[in-house]
Amino acid sequence: MGTAVMAISRDEIFKKVQDVLVNALGVDEEEVTPSATLRGDLGAESIDFLDIVFRLEKAFTTDPGHPFKIPRNELFPEDVFNNPQFVANSRVTPAGMAELKKRMPHMDFSELEKDPDINKMQFTVNTIVNYLDTKLNG
Amino acid sequence: MRWIWIDKFVEFTPRTSATAVKNVSLAEEHLHDLYPGFPIVPQSLIIEGMAQTAGILVGEARNFEEKVILAKIGRATFHRLVRPGDTMAYAARIEQLSEQGASIAGKVTVGDDLVAEIELMFSHIDQNMAGLSFPEHNFVFTEQFTELLKTYRNDHAVTI
Repeated sequence: MGTAVMAISRDEIFKKVQDVLVNALGVDEEEVTPSATLRGDLGAESIDFLDIVFRLEKAFTTDPGHPFKIPRNELFPEDVFNNPQFVANSRVTPAGMAELKKRMPHMDFSELEKDPDINKMQFTVNTIVNYLDTKLNG
Repeated sequence: MRWIWIDKFVEFTPRTSATAVKNVSLAEEHLHDLYPGFPIVPQSLIIEGMAQTAGILVGEARNFEEKVILAKIGRATFHRLVRPGDTMAYAARIEQLSEQGASIAGKVTVGDDLVAEIELMFSHIDQNMAGLSFPEHNFVFTEQFTELLKTYRNDHAVTI
């Protein structure tokens, strides 16, 4: 018998992401809206991103024999941010923009294209939901 | 005084769990300073004891090659005071372990009493702080910490 893959709705994904962020960042449930930014609105610091990944892996594991894993640099591609070919003087280079778009189909880049200041690039709750939706539901 | 807040390991299962004990003695100077006349172990030092227990567990998982730093206290809930004469048991379990770090769930008990529930996150700093450089040598796992594990392994005469 094959393994049945249970689809999970976007609402269910959002609810779990909300729980994860409430616990990881100590914020209220009402603050975790789809458009809330992780750093700006929810106060996430660098170490919180690893905590969020750990908690998401736990929350979305349904079978402990096959734990759900988020590979390094897939949800938050730090290797791109730290590569001088892609980010120079805090500005995302054209090559960097192309790389980010390729690597992060779950991210909305409309603001970053207007102003490629890497410090203004903001992950939102929706970025995480989009990523999980694609990963879990294909 | 040395900055070491556990006395010995009583259980150590690599990459999984560890339990260390700490005997609290009135001879410890700090007990007399927090609330004079009412000596108790400060909760911050109970967290430190869990961080040392769990930190060695996380370090051993990568053969002490990573610099393991306490990055975040996710939760610390206390249920009971700890007083001189008590023996604390720090039980730490690895929840998640990756090349970047680890998360830990811990329980502190005295006998059958639950003292605290503590969740910690550790960072392998060389993997996480891109652009910053740290000393080459592993300043986290000094001899006094690795000796604890050596003593446990000698006492239990097992190959792990």
